[in-house]
Amino acid sequence: MSNVSEERSETVFDDFKPAYTEAQAKVEANRCLYCHDAPCVQACPTSINIPEFIRKIATDNVRGSAKTIFDQNILGMSCARVCPVEVLCVGDCVFNEMGVPPIQIGKLQRFSTDRAFDESWTYYEAGPDTGKSVALVGGGPASLAAAHELRRLGHACTVYEKRPVLGGLNTTGVAPYKMKADRSVEEVQWLLSIGGIEVKTGVNIPDDVDFAALEKQHDAVFLGLGLGPDTILDLAGKELPGVQGAVEFIEGMKLEQLDLKDVKRVLVIGGGNTAIDAVREAIGLGLPEVTMVYRGREEKMSGYHHEWDAAKQEGALAAWQTQPVGFAQEGGRITGVKCQKMDDDKKLIDGTEHVLAADLILLAIGQSKLAHLVDGLDGIETKWGRVVVDEHGATGRPGYYAGGDCINGGKEVVNAAADGKRAALAMHDYLMNKGGSDA
Amino acid sequence: MPDLTSNTAGIVSPNPFWLASAPPANSGGQVMRAFDAGWGGAVWKTLGQPIQNVSSRFGAVRWKGNNGVGFNNIELITDRPLETNFREITEVKKKYPKHAVIVSLMVETKEEWKDIIKRSIDTGADGLELNFGCPHGMCERGMGSAVGQEPKVNQEITSWAKEYSSIPVLVKLTPNVGDIVPHGLAAQAGGADGVSLINTIKSIIGVDIDNFVPEPRVDGKSTNGGYCGAAVRPIALHMCAALARDPRFTVPISGIGGVTNWRDAVEFILLGSSSVQVCTEVMLRGYRIVEDMIEGLESYMREHSFEKLDDMVGKAVPAYSEWGNLDMNYETVAKIDADKCIGCQLCLVACHDGAHQCIHQADDAKVRVPVVDESECVGCNLCQIVCPVPDCISMVEVDNGYSPATWNEHVAGTGKLRPKKGAH
Repeated sequence: MSNVSEERSETVFDDFKPAYTEAQAKVEANRCLYCHDAPCVQACPTSINIPEFIRKIATDNVRGSAKTIFDQNILGMSCARVCPVEVLCVGDCVFNEMGVPPIQIGKLQRFSTDRAFDESWTYYEAGPDTGKSVALVGGGPASLAAAHELRRLGHACTVYEKRPVLGGLNTTGVAPYKMKADRSVEEVQWLLSIGGIEVKTGVNIPDDVDFAALEKQHDAVFLGLGLGPDTILDLAGKELPGVQGAVEFIEGMKLEQLDLKDVKRVLVIGGGNTAIDAVREAIGLGLPEVTMVYRGREEKMSGYHHEWDAAKQEGALAAWQTQPVGFAQEGGRITGVKCQKMDDDKKLIDGTEHVLAADLILLAIGQSKLAHLVDGLDGIETKWGRVVVDEHGATGRPGYYAGGDCINGGKEVVNAAADGKRAALAMHDYLMNKGGSDA
Repeated sequence: MPDLTSNTAGIVSPNPFWLASAPPANSGGQVMRAFDAGWGGAVWKTLGQPIQNVSSRFGAVRWKGNNGVGFNNIELITDRPLETNFREITEVKKKYPKHAVIVSLMVETKEEWKDIIKRSIDTGADGLELNFGCPHGMCERGMGSAVGQEPKVNQEITSWAKEYSSIPVLVKLTPNVGDIVPHGLAAQAGGADGVSLINTIKSIIGVDIDNFVPEPRVDGKSTNGGYCGAAVRPIALHMCAALARDPRFTVPISGIGGVTNWRDAVEFILLGSSSVQVCTEVMLRGYRIVEDMIEGLESYMREHSFEKLDDMVGKAVPAYSEWGNLDMNYETVAKIDADKCIGCQLCLVACHDGAHQCIHQADDAKVRVPVVDESECVGCNLCQIVCPVPDCISMVEVDNGYSPATWNEHVAGTGKLRPKKGAH
């Protein structure tokens, strides 16, 4: 696995939520009520014992605090930074009921896990070798969480990743004011330090190695496929320079130095979290005028409202109830988006045609699904482009498990981490009891 | 406007708030600043043969980010020349004739007592306080708590002081005894006009766990010190009340121990203190805390229609009783206000692990408000104590149909007790 370049556009960003100093962390930790059967734990997809890790910060047991986090979620360091805590743990803090500011769980989790990284604390060893081997397709959070858990249980693991770097969207997609690519790579390296996880980057499954070959080499397969490229508006001019998928743009910003000196006006098409991220990132990169174009009303956008509020404070503009109907161009150069207003029933309103001028148009209207990659595998069911799994993460094909964005259509890192661990435990059961004896 | 004037054994001050004999009352400049801030009196840092101190001298109990919930010191009595102290006391008294200045004293021989008492009276001071309480350093030299722990010695030295003094004499008692009452009675028998209590409690405040030395650390060693601060207040309240309710004990009390605000002071006064002395909270926050103490006491007195301080001194003493005189048939159960409950379930876990397992999760797992099984609730208060929401859990009296009956009445065969709850 390669590291990321030092020359990256994202390095201009500061943390939106700065790290706590030890003094700040202690004051906050001491406010925690240490609830019984705490709602914040119930709100966490990985069920981290939040009151316990916070209490350990207050008592100067930071090593134990970080372990409490990692025991449930080996990606606890990145989740501390990228989780939408406002709608998860922090949103369910009982202090909200009392009109008291809720405990800043994400920042406290970052405090403990950053300390663990800074001090190079390690907690886990690989289990005794079981002689079983698992292929993990995709090197994102779901596969990494699964691989780590499988190694603790003694199974050999091989991660296949098409990119040169691991970490998936944690490395290529997280808003840089939350976490930068190099930090994600550090987390991957820390996770891999358990040993015995073979990493094969630059390998496309099934093009380079097909599933039959995987089944020959391994006793079980975990599908952590993630999502595919951005969905592109099928309008004339879509191929022009200056029209780009938002996820692709973000990946470029996170891994390379982008040349944006001629960009004055940006339109971001969409109303989800990727759209809001792209808006905030374009503003942070210094682009003078950044406008979100969304076909619905502000209150109906699917992106988190706390994120959009922050975007507005940073200067984001918006065109609500506005639908792109074509790209405007001049001499092979993009000049904007032809739009029409929409009514509350999402019907185009005649006579409202107008052009929003722009030099860069970022499309954040969704990502393609990758379930087609497993189309030829008997027993695996797909639905709406997603791989269908049971409550343990098992597909309909024996020995095949899945998790992360390829089963949920695109959720949070913490959901992928939870999926990966869940599947690993089920795979362990499968490998030791039911199958995998002669793959 | 209620009258806050305090009279403790003839020592009169504009309010009952005195600086205790300690670092905040170490010098004239300090005491004058304290009086300007509003303090009604000051007990000067103990005079005797000037000593030499060590560094460091203080340690603190830290709890949830608060430094100084409990506090201790290994400082000794004044390290300043006696002449300087007497000159400054004289100046203070001249400048602040209406404020109370009490000179704390600790010497060994009868001759020394005679001399230092005379010089103290010459300053114009309003009273003397005999330091029979210091539990560290001085007691190793046969003074302080070494005196206070021996009723006979206490009584004898008190009688010397009374022989030489024309101004009121208070005896400052040590809490480092099994029962405070004989020691208060000894001071009274020696002629003391009043007592002040408690002095500090013999303690080790903590241990430096990386260097394997107790705190406060003096190079590679430490020693036991005197414990004080908010954490000792319950001990002090008990000792004051134990004397106040004893019919043999008839002299006034100046209450000391963990007073941090007006409410603490009110508690001491209700349990029999005519004045209260404060040290630790001033050391931690400064003289300015007295503004709130005065205001808080005034509005408390107004609220309860006390016109003068004496009206409230000892008001809670009659209700301090032997356990055997408590009404066993008085029954309360916890009630949770579902509208106020925030669902932290601290009451539930406390009841389950620390009390009588009568608070349960609601049948509907989504409901966070716990349910009290009143048939099992013993009315212990633990849930109410751990609840973070004001007035969310109340202890409500239950009419069980039983007439009041105490344990003593039960033993004497004159009281019928209700059936026990939660004992199975």
